[in-house]
Amino acid sequence: MTRIVIVGAAAAGLAATEELRRSGFDGAITLVGEEPHAPYDRPPLSKQALDGSWDAARLRLRSDSDLAVLNATFLSGRRAVAADAAHRTVTLDGGEELAYDGLVIATGVKPLRVDGDGLLTLRTLEDAERLRSRLQPGARVIIVGAGFLGTELAAAAATRGCKVTLLDSCNSLLARLGSPISRHVASLHAAHGVDVHSRVRVTHVDAAGAELADGEYLAADVVVACTGSVATTWWLEGSGIPLDDGVLCAADCSATPGIVAAGDVARWFNPAYGRLMRVEHRTNATQQGAHAARTLLAELDGGRGDAYFSVPYAWSHQFDTRIQLHGVVLDSDDTEIVAGSEADGSFIVAHREQDRLVGIIGVNAALRDLRPWQQQVYAEAALLTAPVG
Amino acid sequence: MTARIELDEPRCVASGLCVMVAPDVFDQRNDDGIAIVLSEEPADETLAGVREAVTLCPAAALRLVTV
Repeated sequence: MTRIVIVGAAAAGLAATEELRRSGFDGAITLVGEEPHAPYDRPPLSKQALDGSWDAARLRLRSDSDLAVLNATFLSGRRAVAADAAHRTVTLDGGEELAYDGLVIATGVKPLRVDGDGLLTLRTLEDAERLRSRLQPGARVIIVGAGFLGTELAAAAATRGCKVTLLDSCNSLLARLGSPISRHVASLHAAHGVDVHSRVRVTHVDAAGAELADGEYLAADVVVACTGSVATTWWLEGSGIPLDDGVLCAADCSATPGIVAAGDVARWFNPAYGRLMRVEHRTNATQQGAHAARTLLAELDGGRGDAYFSVPYAWSHQFDTRIQLHGVVLDSDDTEIVAGSEADGSFIVAHREQDRLVGIIGVNAALRDLRPWQQQVYAEAALLTAPVG
Repeated sequence: MTARIELDEPRCVASGLCVMVAPDVFDQRNDDGIAIVLSEEPADETLAGVREAVTLCPAAALRLVTV
C-alpha cells in the first residue's frame, strides 16, 4: 500500500490530508503534529482567543467526526526530528522511523527568539491562554515588533484595558504595507491609548521591561516579542532536502522526488510574480496544502504537478478597522490611494512595481469598491504567467 | 440525500474565495465582504465547487452537511 506521511498538523497539513482523500487516494496517511491538539486555527489566537470570545473548542478546524472520515493515523504531540530523502524515512522523537512513498512538509514557522528572560510570544494555543491570563485591565504591556501580529496584539490588549506600549525598529507600524496604511494604523492605535514608539532600538529587554538606545527605561508587567518568525526546517538539516529560508520548492511545490512542501515553511517559485516566495498567510496554507497534495499524487502516478499560481490574501482586524490585502507588496514603496480617503477612515491603496499592479489593500473598504481592483491584481498576475511572444 | 451548506458567519474573514470557486452558490455583503449563501441546498452540479469552497475557506467557516 502506498504510504504518505504529512509532517505538520495545522492548516496546511490538514488541507493536504483532505485533498489526498478528495482526490481518491486510498493508501495510508500518517499525520504527525507536534502539538497535543487536533488541528486548530491560528489567526484567531491574536483576536477572539485573546478577548475570550472563543474557547479552544471553537478554534478547532475540524470536528472529531470530520477527522475520522479522513481515515488517517494522527500522531499528535509527536515531533519529527529528522528525515532522510534518499531512504524515504522520517524519524520521530523517541527514535521511531516512519517509511514513506510520499512526504508532505508542513511544519510552519516558529517565533524568532529574542534575547531576554521571560519574554512571551504568540504562536500556539498555550501561548494565547498564557497571554490572556496576563492581559488584565491596568497591566502594563510592552509589545516589541509592529507587524500584523504585534499590532493585532496591541489592539487586543488595549481593548482589554491594558496600558500598551508598542515598540518597533521600523519607521512606522505595518511598515511594509506602505505609508498611508502605516499612518492610519498608528493614529488608530494612538486614539485607543496605545503608546507607539517607532524607529526605536531596544538595547535590553526582559520580562520586567525594555531599555531603549536613548537610555529610556520602560517598566512592564508583561513583555511580548512579536519580532517575526523562522521556518521550522531545523529537523531537515542533512536530510538531502534543499533548504534556503524554508524548504526550497519548484513551481509545483515539489522539493525532491517524493517530497512536497506547503504553507509557511515552503519557499516556492510563484509564477504569478515570477520569483521565489514564502507566504506566511493563513489562506496560502490551505491552498498550497491542497496543491502540494495534488502534485505529490501526480508524481506518485509517474507524472508531474501543475505550477502553484498564487495571489496571496491576508486580513487583519484591529479595533473597528478591517484591513484586507490581495496580492503582494514586494517591498515596493510605490503606493497610491486609489479610492476613498484617510480622513474618512475608508480607502484603498494600490502597490505597484514597475507600473504593474501587484497588490491592493482595502481599509474598511466596501466590496463594490475593492472587487474591481482585486480582479485587476488577479488579471495582472495571470498576464505574467502567459507565454511570451 | 440532500446536501446543506452551513456558514458560521462570525468566522468569515471576507476572503471571497467561496465566491470565486462557486459563484452561483455564494456572494458577499457589500459593506464588509462577509459571505452570503445564495442557496443553502445547492444543486448537484454545483457540489464540486461547494466542496472546494469548504476546503479553501481560510477561516473554516463553511461546512457541507448531508442530511
